[in-house]
Amino acid sequence: MRELMLGNKALARGLYEAGCAVISSYPGTPSTEITEEAAKYDEIYCEWAPNEKVALEVAHGASLGGVRSACAMKHVGLNVAADPLFTISYQGLNAGLVVCVADDPGMHSSQNEQDSRHYALAAKIPMLEPSDSEEARTFAKRAFEISEQFNTPVLIRMCTRVSHSQSVVEPQERKVPQQVPYVKDPSKVMMTVNARNAHVRVEQRTLDLAAYAEHCDLNRVEMGDTSLGIITSSTSYQYAREVFGDGASILKLGMVYPLPEKLILDFAAKVDRVIVLEELDPFLENYCRQLGLRVSGKDIFPICGEFSQNLVRSCMGLKTPETVRIDDSIPGRPPVMCAGCPHRGIFYILKKNKCMVYGDIGCYTLGAVAPLNAMDLNVCMGASCSGLHGFNLAMGREGEKHSVGVIGDSTFIHSGMTGITDISYNMTNSTVIILDNSITGMTGHQQNPTTGKNLRGEPAGKVDLESLCRALGFDRVRVVDPYDLDQVDRVLKEELETEAPSVIISRRPCVMIKGTVHNPPLEPKEDKCVGCKACMQIGCPAVSVRDGKVRIDRTLCIGCKVCTQMCKFGALE
Amino acid sequence: MATKNIMIVGVGGQGTLLASKLLGYVLLGQGYDVKVSEVHGMSQRGGSVVTYVRFGERVYSPVIDKGEADFIISFEQLEAARWLEYLKPGGRIVVNTQKMEPMPVIIGETEYPDGLVEKMQAAGAQVDAEDFLAVAEAAGSPKAVNIALMGRLSAYFPEIAEEEWQRAIEACVPPKFLELNKRAFEMGRQRS
Repeated sequence: MRELMLGNKALARGLYEAGCAVISSYPGTPSTEITEEAAKYDEIYCEWAPNEKVALEVAHGASLGGVRSACAMKHVGLNVAADPLFTISYQGLNAGLVVCVADDPGMHSSQNEQDSRHYALAAKIPMLEPSDSEEARTFAKRAFEISEQFNTPVLIRMCTRVSHSQSVVEPQERKVPQQVPYVKDPSKVMMTVNARNAHVRVEQRTLDLAAYAEHCDLNRVEMGDTSLGIITSSTSYQYAREVFGDGASILKLGMVYPLPEKLILDFAAKVDRVIVLEELDPFLENYCRQLGLRVSGKDIFPICGEFSQNLVRSCMGLKTPETVRIDDSIPGRPPVMCAGCPHRGIFYILKKNKCMVYGDIGCYTLGAVAPLNAMDLNVCMGASCSGLHGFNLAMGREGEKHSVGVIGDSTFIHSGMTGITDISYNMTNSTVIILDNSITGMTGHQQNPTTGKNLRGEPAGKVDLESLCRALGFDRVRVVDPYDLDQVDRVLKEELETEAPSVIISRRPCVMIKGTVHNPPLEPKEDKCVGCKACMQIGCPAVSVRDGKVRIDRTLCIGCKVCTQMCKFGALE
Repeated sequence: MATKNIMIVGVGGQGTLLASKLLGYVLLGQGYDVKVSEVHGMSQRGGSVVTYVRFGERVYSPVIDKGEADFIISFEQLEAARWLEYLKPGGRIVVNTQKMEPMPVIIGETEYPDGLVEKMQAAGAQVDAEDFLAVAEAAGSPKAVNIALMGRLSAYFPEIAEEEWQRAIEACVPPKFLELNKRAFEMGRQRS
């Protein structure tokens, strides 16, 4: 039956149909729904792992145990998983292993715009690239076949517009291959001689895969007008068809590594001019140039940002449609922390104390925007802890007294633990604040090892953050309520002054978690309000001042009373 | 049939995702090829959000570009103005006149522009503006504003029977809220 399906859901469907039995992932936009949707099938064991490296190792372990397995992550997650990825490529598998990675051209929800195709080349692993939901479903199944035929993990590269677009799919039944028996094989231990032999095998495998790519139906030629030939893949293929229809010939690559030399050369010979249409880096283009082809690519299309049909039109010198417009400048609408967000009070106090704030990856990155402007830096998962330590090594005692790292509960487990271990082991008097809101927020509320629930919301093991930090060498572990500004201010000042490493755990569940108790919305007392706008310094979307008086948006306010503590006149009791 | 383009724009948290789900369901039922595209993540925290819905015999690009939209359904006034450039000349924009101040306005950095509906009309858009929040409240809950707006959109597609929309609501909305949403749809569909 025809069904409209999100790309990520269709990919999950494909994994299901292929008989995939184990999926271990770490959430990250735009990849998260792959695992969430897969978890709706009882036949697949799905879990959130503490980070992507662990997830890939778990999935590989399951493959060695003899069942088809997979993991999913965003592009920067693949950096974390890169260590096992390169050696799993050598070691091989027992049953199929598929690694799904979702890039984010345009950086809708990411801190960089890296192109994951380079990992396929670097780790010598085949990579498939679907261009819509139905291909996501079918490619997932093909990926397992290739994985088992060539004894290699297979990468499936998604991007935001494939992951988060719904298009029509026709689901099929699930077929489960027999579990492959585990047999001890001494050559699987990756050291010296074994690894050297494995590398030779991998080089031969890449040649075999390149030969396979010449004839497999993942790559296809769609001949149209031969004055223009377009080599493309993924969502760029859709833009090419949208703009040119049959007015160009297209080589649509579903397998972007290894690439089919002969197929590309034959295609180029049939058309007058070749352009390579691909988002981000000139990956396909460089290969074409390596083959000696004269092609256009990044000389006319940008490396930065997402493509669209108008972008293709204007880069090709074609007319773009007329538009309707008004002259007013339209105020921006940046994302904001939710009304009642427990992070708000922390950032207000940090700003008040003029702290250098080394941030991290999560909702709390929004602490950087106006009016709080309370975050100085962020890099990647966990850098708030290790980066702070380095900063304080350079800045000495003055740095320690005026700087903090802030990191969410899930991010802390992901890779903050190792960073704070460096703080306690190598002894800077750094202060790290763990923003424990009992959920992985920004990616859409996933459970994590600190919440006591597993991916399906069932009871699970629970990491105790206080005991963990003590075990990692912190004698000073304080817990604060971020709704209590005085307490946060006092504890922060004490820990910054103390000549010892310290962790402050700010504990309040995310207001968006189902079941979090909300208080009634505040009723401002107009007669007491003097219009001083002190309440506006916290940047709560529920609070505004109109005609000199404070207003509360009753649909948003959850009665956290952080604004109440800002008001000296008792107008927000 | 040439591909038709509908955009749903609003503020993160307003329920645009349910609206696009409903629309996709109806259009698929009509036998069209359909693509629905949106961005999850950061922008859903009260930021400006957009969903692209395209349908026709064969749809390629998942997104709608400037000057391509036949319809824009805007959940909020400022967002209507923000995305207006995506409308085709002569295209129609259905606007919920509700105003939600963005943070730069709340903190006094800038002002919420006046007279947006009139300006959009003057620019050549066919504007259908109404307080759909009031419609939703009259139906029983301000949260049903998304379905009330879909009701109005449905009025511009006489070729699709109303029962098809009702069936889609039944498929997309939890039973608990079914009656409310059916009422909101009906009230939105009737022009006041």
